[in-house]
This record gives sequence, structure tokens and C-alpha cells, in this order.
Amino acid sequence: MRTGYRPRTFVRELVMIVVAIAFLFPVYALVTLAFKDSTQVANKPLSLPDPPSVSNFGEAWQSASLGSALLNSTVITVSSVVILIVLGSLAAYFLARTASRLSYSLYILFLVGIILPFQLGMIPLYQLVNDLGLLGTYQGMILFYSGIQLPFTVFLYTGFIRSLPADYTNAALIDGASHLQAFGYVIFPLLRPITGTVLILNAVFIWNDFFTPLLYLGGSGHETVPVRVFAFVNEYTSNYGLVAAGLVLAALPILLVFLILQRYVIRGFSSGLKG
Amino acid sequence: MTTVTAAVGRGAAKATRRRGGIAPPWYFAAPALIVYALVMLYPAIAGAGSAFTDWSGVGDQRSFVGLENFKQLFSDDQAIGALRNTLFLTVAIVVVQNGIGLLLALGVHTTIKSRMALRVVFFAPVVVSPVMVSFLWKYVYNPAPDAGLNAALNAIGLGSLRQDWLGNPSLAIWSVAFTVIWQCAGYSMVIFLAGLEGVPQELHESAMVDGAGTVARFRHITWPLLAPAVTINVMLSTVGGLTLFTQIIAMTNGGPGYATDTLSTVLYKQAFVYGKFGYSTAVALVLAIFVAAVSFIQIGYLRSRETTA
Repeated sequence: MRTGYRPRTFVRELVMIVVAIAFLFPVYALVTLAFKDSTQVANKPLSLPDPPSVSNFGEAWQSASLGSALLNSTVITVSSVVILIVLGSLAAYFLARTASRLSYSLYILFLVGIILPFQLGMIPLYQLVNDLGLLGTYQGMILFYSGIQLPFTVFLYTGFIRSLPADYTNAALIDGASHLQAFGYVIFPLLRPITGTVLILNAVFIWNDFFTPLLYLGGSGHETVPVRVFAFVNEYTSNYGLVAAGLVLAALPILLVFLILQRYVIRGFSSGLKG
Repeated sequence: MTTVTAAVGRGAAKATRRRGGIAPPWYFAAPALIVYALVMLYPAIAGAGSAFTDWSGVGDQRSFVGLENFKQLFSDDQAIGALRNTLFLTVAIVVVQNGIGLLLALGVHTTIKSRMALRVVFFAPVVVSPVMVSFLWKYVYNPAPDAGLNAALNAIGLGSLRQDWLGNPSLAIWSVAFTVIWQCAGYSMVIFLAGLEGVPQELHESAMVDGAGTVARFRHITWPLLAPAVTINVMLSTVGGLTLFTQIIAMTNGGPGYATDTLSTVLYKQAFVYGKFGYSTAVALVLAIFVAAVSFIQIGYLRSRETTA
């Protein structure tokens, strides 16, 4: 087992590295493709680009309007995550610290939302957003994510708050703080670990979501990155080098964030769902 | 609060706690409840209601048609095929993704030097949009004999295995499933890893002293203690499989023919391509009942497995 580096460990290491290389083959194919002009794409699909050309990247950035798509995705993701953290932690604090039948029923009501597939309400919600005049706007998407991700957010916060001792707030309240002050200055800072998990899981989901932004934002100029990429790839289907460059550029921001915060991201994904 | 002294049991405890100022006021939950009701509860109830109407989605004209939409659903070849595809994809994804995830976790949960780098490699696709992963694999599955996977097979001497991966109706569904598995196996891996880290090393050591081999130790120590991780992984991949949509739309759009349509793609097309909103919500209701039923059965079964293990 985990005792020193033996010949057997070396064999295991080799096996795992071979698996990783096979696993990365699609990525290799895509990245090399992005650096090839059209003759290289046709003649040497799998070899290294020779000479490498970067012209695909500039063209893809322009054609897919990736700059504005990144801005749209950032605005929608950041706003939604902030609202989710505020609404979710406040509600969970009430649910976790109130021992009444009402708060228990409310908690169950929120839990129902975790297994309720959003497809069931998809069309009435589309109508509602349309009636509110929010189709094609940031606000429409932010409202959608604030609602759709709330059950999960409330679930994570409630579980965490239940494991905290109540004494801190008591002391603050006795000292004359209001409930909101006690929450803001005493409780919320204590929630940092679970806030990190909530932030990571919601941000990754919202950044990558495709179906609803396609419905709500298609053709509005406020499209998020996945929606722009979808339109871009469908328009330039046969221009492989260009499509590959677009995909590389579009995936790069979140991959970079992941590489920088890898420990936190992996911990968030692996710990967030213990319930 | 003058009744507090007279009250008994739970009520008294509650009142005292309130008076002690512990319980936060109800308005802490109000904003979340309003947004949740507006975005999830109201639409879900309205959706379930319109599953029994002939609503076209234009205007408000709709009349009650009883179970007509459901009768149509169970006599519609596309919908039945979609139901079958959804179940097939779900089973394939749950079994293979978690199987691979477990093997990867066991592989990197060792003293090998590259273990941290390997975790990052296998997990990285999880954070990328499924749309982009689908387009990546759409290129890998390029039908041309000298591109993508076909070119790679040729290069390693397996040219006879070259296929039209997404164009062959019996192969396409596997190709789609494999794309999902490639993207999500790392997710299963990190959840299994968290479970493996909770297995006490002493158990393995004492079992080794007793002469237990690798397989025996896995079966009698690791596997039972991984039960909570199995529960989480199976539930996550099941719901993911049952509601699969993006990868299908990006790679095959349900084709060739209806070979890769799922409940989600059918309900989407019925609503936004054919304008049959009533019928579409009936499909959505069937999907919702499926997800709820499977979740409850799984929670019950997998949890009992955790406690008896």
C-alpha cells in the first residue's frame, strides 16, 4: 500500500501515465489542430503543426465575439453567485436555527427543488420571463440561476450551520446587536468553508450552462460563452482549424482558474455533496 | 410571552429559545422563498397542469384534454425510443463512469509521484462546458478515415476498426455516452478519493498481517467503507444521465434518425420546433416522475447498504 516507492509502484506509475496520455489524446488533437492552416489540417491531421500558425486564434476570437461573450458570462455568473450566497445563507440560517414545524416544512420544500428537473417548469418559466420583459437580458438569466440553484445552496448552508455552536450569536445578540448585524459580523464569517464550496459549485455550473441561456439569450447580443461557441461552431463546421482555435480560447479562462485554484475546486466538488 | 411559564414540552423550549434571542426572524428566509417560488415552484406546478392541455404556447388558449398527451406519448415511436435511449444512456453512464472513476481513484490513491498532477488531468474536463467537450469529441468522431480517432486507430495499426462513430445508428449512442463518461469520470474519481482517504490505514495493515491479499482487502475493507461515496456518485450520475441534453444537441441533435433522442431533447423539440407545449410538458412530467422515483428508490437502497456495510 502506501509504504515507500517500490518496483511495483513504478509499474503502477507507468500504467497511470499511459492512461493519462490516452485520456488526453482528444485534447492533443484539438490543440494541434488549432495551430494548423487548412492545408496542414487536410494533410497531417494528427502530427504536430509545422510550422505552427496562430492566425486561427485571432479569427476565431473575432468571429465568435468571444470578448463580449466572456464579459456576459462574467456578469451573469458573478451576480448570480453573489445573490445565491446572500439569499441562501440567510434562509439557511433561519431554517437551521428555528425549531418549528414551519421551518422544517420549509426546509423540505427547498429540498424538493433538488430533485425536481427544471424541464418540468421550463415552458411556464420561459413565458414568465417573457411577460416580465426579461428575455435577452442579464437580469432574466440572473433571476433564473438565483432560483434554480437555491435549493442546493440552502441544503449545503443548512447542513453546515447546524454543525456550528449557537453561542457566538447569543453573545452578540445579548450585547445588543440586531439579528442582521449578528449574522453579518458573527455568523457569515464562520461560514467561509461552505461559502467556498457554494461559490465554486455554482460558478462552474452557471459558467458552463447551455440550455437556458440558449433559449433566453439567443440573438440578444448578451449570449454567454457556451451559446456563442455553439453558434460559432455550427457556422464554421468544416473549418476545423478555426473551430478548434475557438474551442481552445473559449475553454481557456475556466481551465486557467481551475489550475490556479485546483486544490479548492477539487475539494469543493468532492466534499460539497456529503449530506 | 407571559404564557411561557405555563407552557410545557417542545413549545416551552421553543419560546425560551426565542426569548433568548437565538432564533432568527422569519424574514431571513423570505427573499429566498420568493425567488424559489417564482422560478421553480410556480413554473413546475403550471407545467404539470398544462401537461393535461393542448396548449400551443401561443397566447393563452388551451383546453383540457385529460390524459390525451400521455396516450400519445406511449404510442409515439419517437417518444418511446427516447425513453429507451434515456434509460440506456443512464445505465451505461452510471456503470462505466463510476467504474472508471473508481479505478482512477485507486490508481492515484497511491505513493506514485505523479498522483497530484494526474488528479488535475483527470478532473480538468469536469470544469469545461459540456458544449465544448461535445464539439471536441465531435471532431474526434470525425467520419473521415484520416481524421481524429480514425486517424489515430490507423496510426497504431488498428485501421480496420475505423467507424462512422456518430453516423452509425447503433454506434452513435455509445459514442455520446463515452463523451459524457470521458468528461465526468474525474468527478466520480474525486468523490471516491474523498471516500478512500477516510479508510483507516490500520485496517489494511492488520489485514495484511492476517495474510489478506489486495483483492480480499478491497472487497472486505475498502469497498464497504466506500458505500457513502458510491451513493453520491450513483445518484449524481443517474440524474445527469436521465436529464442528458446538451451533449446530444451539440453532437447528433438526436440523430441519426431518432437514434440518440432522449426525453430532454424530445420535449425541447416538441415545444420549440413543433409548438406542442402541452405535449412537451407531458414528456417533462414523465421525466420528473422518473427522476423522483429513481432518486427515492436509490436513496432507500443505497442508504440501507451504507448502514449494513
